[in-house]
Amino acid sequence: MTINTSRRGFLQGAAAASAVLLVGVRPDGAVAAGGSDATMLNPFVRISADGRVTAIVKHFEKGQGPATGLTTLIAEEVGVTMDQIDYDFAPSNPEVYNNLAFGPFQGTGGSTAMANSYMQYRQAGAAARGLLIEAAAQEWGVDSGSLSITDGVVSGAGKSAPLGNFVATAATLDAPAEPSLKDPSEFSLIGNPDIRRKDTPPKVNGTAIYAMDLHLDNQMVVMIARAPRMGATVASFDDADARGIKGFIQAMTLPNKAGVAVYAEHTWAAFQARDALSVEWDFSAAESRSSDQIREELIAAVNADPEYSVNKADQAEVAARIDGAAQVLEETYYFPLLAHAPMETLTCTIEPLADGGIILHDGAQIPTGPHMALSQILELPMEKVQIKTMFAGGSFGRRATPEADYQVEAGLAFAITDRTRPVKLVWSREDDIRGGYYRPAVAHRVRVGLDADGQIVGWDHRIAAQSIMKGTAFEGMMVHDGVDHSSVEGVPDSPYQIPGQFVGLTDVAKATSVLWWRSVGHTHTAYVMETMMDMAAQAAGRDAVEFRLSLLEGGGADQERLADVLKLAAEKGGWGNAPDGRHQGIAVHKSFGSYAAQVVEISGGADDVTIEKVTCAIDCGLAVNPDVIKAQMEGGIGYGLGHAMRNEVTLTEGEVDQYNFPDYEPLRIGDIGAIEVHIMPSAEAPTGVGEPGTPPAAPALANAIAASGPRITTLPMNANGASFA
Amino acid sequence: MTISLKLNGQTHDVEAEPGTPLLWVIRDELKLTGTKFGCGVAACGACTVHMDGEPVRSCQTYIEDVEGVEITTIEGLNSKAAEAVQAAWTELDVVQCGYCQSGQIMSAVGLLSENASPSVEEIDDYMNGNACRCATYQRIRAAIQRASDIMEA
Repeated sequence: MTINTSRRGFLQGAAAASAVLLVGVRPDGAVAAGGSDATMLNPFVRISADGRVTAIVKHFEKGQGPATGLTTLIAEEVGVTMDQIDYDFAPSNPEVYNNLAFGPFQGTGGSTAMANSYMQYRQAGAAARGLLIEAAAQEWGVDSGSLSITDGVVSGAGKSAPLGNFVATAATLDAPAEPSLKDPSEFSLIGNPDIRRKDTPPKVNGTAIYAMDLHLDNQMVVMIARAPRMGATVASFDDADARGIKGFIQAMTLPNKAGVAVYAEHTWAAFQARDALSVEWDFSAAESRSSDQIREELIAAVNADPEYSVNKADQAEVAARIDGAAQVLEETYYFPLLAHAPMETLTCTIEPLADGGIILHDGAQIPTGPHMALSQILELPMEKVQIKTMFAGGSFGRRATPEADYQVEAGLAFAITDRTRPVKLVWSREDDIRGGYYRPAVAHRVRVGLDADGQIVGWDHRIAAQSIMKGTAFEGMMVHDGVDHSSVEGVPDSPYQIPGQFVGLTDVAKATSVLWWRSVGHTHTAYVMETMMDMAAQAAGRDAVEFRLSLLEGGGADQERLADVLKLAAEKGGWGNAPDGRHQGIAVHKSFGSYAAQVVEISGGADDVTIEKVTCAIDCGLAVNPDVIKAQMEGGIGYGLGHAMRNEVTLTEGEVDQYNFPDYEPLRIGDIGAIEVHIMPSAEAPTGVGEPGTPPAAPALANAIAASGPRITTLPMNANGASFA
Repeated sequence: MTISLKLNGQTHDVEAEPGTPLLWVIRDELKLTGTKFGCGVAACGACTVHMDGEPVRSCQTYIEDVEGVEITTIEGLNSKAAEAVQAAWTELDVVQCGYCQSGQIMSAVGLLSENASPSVEEIDDYMNGNACRCATYQRIRAAIQRASDIMEA
């Protein structure tokens, strides 16, 4: 027997075939690399000896594109094609995979996936490239400066070989302290409009596995009979009729008395058994207000002195400016509760392991939340709780709750069993529409004073809202001096240079649980700012675009970028040149670091509006995946318009009136004509795209309707003055 | 009751209670999960399958009514129209979250099988029952037109 003691010889032997290079970047920015899980846990990129590159994606994929985007960053920096790279979703580990915008939380939200990953993933890819090149330089005995990697091949100094050949050696080298990033002029993948989504193939042939599709041996399907009003609890239940359903296993009250868990052998049996269950509720502490009352409370609040002064302006001085103005505009607005209604209803599965630990299978938006919650509920150390992130069938914010609501339900339902069988929690569409966590109901009242020249001299803006953040784990981050920033964002921080602006806020007690909903506070603030701006331009007798631009002139980069997208949308949308019989409306808004402007063109009168065309301009910094950005604008516009047109959740004595899509009617294919998206060229750091397309859409539509019809200040539009063809 | 279910070219003997939606037999018994649950009341189209080539909502199709008919799910698609639709969907990157797209594709194949070159109005009318919460509609419309071109080529 011969033992090869040469290091190179050994590496070229059996070990090399199974070698792997792992590279990650710690949150402090330090690059780390290694050749096995023991030396380099939780990497951002994994490269095997056969040359396959895998990006470890720390954000979940709900359609917004990180499975493609973060993979593009790695492929670009390593030097492989998009066909030579795969992706996996990261495990739950907030020390490594935290969202840099969230602090110690791993999670997705606030349109931050690309913004917080851009440098991190590029650095990991660049470090991997540096290691592979250094390894090749050593093996070939050439200067590393003469080598480069293109399409997965290391070449230079008259030599060339697939990068996989150097993985084993690279894994033994120290990671570069400062990886050498590509100059943007060298990019071939970042910014390339022809890059296709990595998740398209399995989503067009039915093989993509979502959390709802998981089927584990011996699993039980659990549905919850939930309290019909916030604050109600289970008094008692009778499952006599459920016992007659084939496949019914048992029913048990959840430990927090928020509902009764119904366990069955399969999904349809769970549906039927829950329907057959009879529950007596204790309503003594339950919500009993109706939506009309909530609306009255919110309107009353914006007509009283506000609880908080948001921007610390002198309220009396602003009032005096407006009172002394040549023209005064005053409007009161109301925005109803809205459900998110992602296509895949909420679901997750808890799988017990032989060692006493569990795996949560979930389209996990903020893994750290359920990780901590399940650790507590099941009294397991954190390392005994694993999370496997699966495709999510949409979210729009719903899969991220500060309380990890549905994962906690699954945890409680699992905890009260003997913990031997996997528990799959399934929500029906009715559970989803009626289950709370809505976009809060909000009222605004705005008074604007214009002088004789049509210039704004004062802007008094009061908001009354149901706070999303107060009382949650996010309160410390989002609430300052009593002001929940998510209730007002988009008003005090608007790039418009408005003289004499006062912003006030009053919190009103919520009657349902409330939650961020695609673009959060901007869902209502953009509507108010941009319809008021339209009215002010009209009152001043000025063009809507020119009037807005005058409030952005002479500012800084923030104002310039907003002005530039406004001009681009106006130009591309043919602003001011609507064909006969058509009307246009325009709106522009900054959110999540991005600038979006839209022109909506409609035909018909207020009683038969048809949305013919939407033209959008977006500045989201450097456009990593231009086609994904366009898709997010298209989707964000549709989401904003559909809800403004016809959606609301209403309550009667604390109980939700709607039940399913027939009375929470989604946007349909015939509702919008063409959408055209123009991306502003930019070398700035990437900012959000998941949400910024939504805020301008509804006010642009409202402004188009107002061009020949009513000024709609209460949503939805179809209950307040407009009908859609 | 036991039903002899013809699905994707194979026959399965399925044991299910009368009144069981075909959707849950496909998903829970046959473990074919490309067909999705979205609403349960035939209002979203995520559960669309073909019954003798015609799109139907499997959440409102009951197991006792499918004896002897040929069911096709997204996993069993195999026609010129299906190939064209899936190629067009890929070329235009229609999907976002993707959850509704099996149903969208089943409906689109149904449309192109009976009308090889539909107008925009015909597309909007036929596809009206398939909801997409990501609002990928503009690409769905374009992909159906593209698929129509692919079929003609």
